[in-house]
Amino acid sequence: MHPAPSVILFTTLSGLGFGLLFFLGLGMPDVTGMVSFVFFAIAYALAVGGLLASTFHLGHPERAMKAFSQWKTSWLSREGCCAVGALLVMGLYAIGTVFLDTQWTLFGVIGAVLSLATVFTTSMIYAQLKTIPRWNMPLTPAMFISFSLAGGALLAGQETMATALLIIAGLVQLAYWSLGDKAFAESGTTIGTATGLGDRGAVRAFEPPHTGSNYLLREFVHVVGRKHSQKLRMIGFGLGFALPVLLLLVPFEGLMLKHMMAAVAVLSHLVGIACSRWLFFAEAEHVVGLYYGKR
Amino acid sequence: MTELPNSTERKMGLVIDLDTCVGCHACVISCKGWNTENYGAPLSDQDPYGADPSGTFLNRVHSFEVQPQACGSEPAPAAQLIHFPKSCLHCEDAPCVTVCPTGASYKRVEDGIVLVNESDCIGCGLCAWSCPYGARELDLAAGVMKKCTLCVDRIYNENLEEVDRVPTCVRTCPAGARHFGDLGDPDSDVSKLVAEREGMDLMPEMGTKPVNKYLPPRPKDQMEDQIDILAPLLAPVTEEAGGFLGWLDKALDKLPGQTSGGSN
Repeated sequence: MHPAPSVILFTTLSGLGFGLLFFLGLGMPDVTGMVSFVFFAIAYALAVGGLLASTFHLGHPERAMKAFSQWKTSWLSREGCCAVGALLVMGLYAIGTVFLDTQWTLFGVIGAVLSLATVFTTSMIYAQLKTIPRWNMPLTPAMFISFSLAGGALLAGQETMATALLIIAGLVQLAYWSLGDKAFAESGTTIGTATGLGDRGAVRAFEPPHTGSNYLLREFVHVVGRKHSQKLRMIGFGLGFALPVLLLLVPFEGLMLKHMMAAVAVLSHLVGIACSRWLFFAEAEHVVGLYYGKR
Repeated sequence: MTELPNSTERKMGLVIDLDTCVGCHACVISCKGWNTENYGAPLSDQDPYGADPSGTFLNRVHSFEVQPQACGSEPAPAAQLIHFPKSCLHCEDAPCVTVCPTGASYKRVEDGIVLVNESDCIGCGLCAWSCPYGARELDLAAGVMKKCTLCVDRIYNENLEEVDRVPTCVRTCPAGARHFGDLGDPDSDVSKLVAEREGMDLMPEMGTKPVNKYLPPRPKDQMEDQIDILAPLLAPVTEEAGGFLGWLDKALDKLPGQTSGGSN
């Protein structure tokens, strides 16, 4: 799959933003006033910034409002509804903590649930696609949710929880790569089933329909950069999980240094997740490539 | 809107005969022509006369080579070239419809045709992601998703002669490799053809239940008796080289050292 920067940016940033909103909604950290304002500003900047980035890949962004209508069947529509719901309810909760020094627990809990639901619906947009076996696994939502929770806990300054959640997310990431590498073969879809000619002999794409490229090849057959995938996995895992966990576990003296190291951990995690998300798209192979003799 | 109908009154679709298709791409061109001048946004091209031309097509013809496995009666079977037109299969369980966030994609109850309402399409591309067959292409000029309409603007068009009220690809095919009809009616010509020729689904494991069917290539004819009266006269008269070359061949064989290639 073509790793569109807008979608990578969207899923990385909004995942982190909604993760932070989840913890803020549950009163972690238990802050009010100016401190609370800063936390909410960061969370909204990430979540809304990500959502805006995602509209850049649309052919007609001006019609985006129509996308809220089909929540009965479409995960993309559900994602839009959940995201707006989460942002509205958490907005009410934020008004309480920032300006009125009160925590409306009900709004907080509902907002937290909607925030997590947003991340889940995002993941289901990918996980529902049978055409991309690497995504069509229960580990896809597990990955999105565990990343979002780990990043959210890290940003919310929940050290113990962040350490545990980062380790869990790292393990989910390793499992995802391990199972994902086998997914296409296990899907049973081959050039033989794609053409229906498989039981007659070995099928080979002899001549493509045209000499140039097309939308399908540009969108679904992305091979550039896959050769570096092993290195990128190490970088993504190291920056996304290993280094943040290390920084959380090492006891630093002094509040200033501690905050500095927390910032480094957050940035490292962000870059690592973006790297993992790039691989999520670049390594995903769409079955339509079979018709072109490509993966 | 994007909920699929439980059933459709008819299942209009195509039957494509892989035995007959000669790979001339006439269907591709007539499709591009008709669908650029009629229903919906035109099928645009990008850089059509430049170094990297590409464009939107609703129907493309691939060519595949099938190499049968060697077996007792056929120790060295010849590979077969199969031309393979591919367009929207108007699936009964069309994933492209249910993933659409705006309701732009829909499947018609009256005839089962899958269409895109272009004024509702936001061009997110998710329907193309969900289609295993590559039947949908986002038009780069219009920013909306394009797909085969089964020439919905021809098949019911009373301004056209009755013979023309079929999809343009079917009307154009010079080999008669494309057939159009109601695949939901077991007594229709297309349904009978599918039953007789054991028509098949593409990627049945995807669970899309395609309406369009493909007729597999028939086995190649085997000539049992010699029918070419000139063949005996053209048979080689000797297997061994004679004369000077024959002597040279034998003389070289007697020299020490390895002989490369050949059997002697």
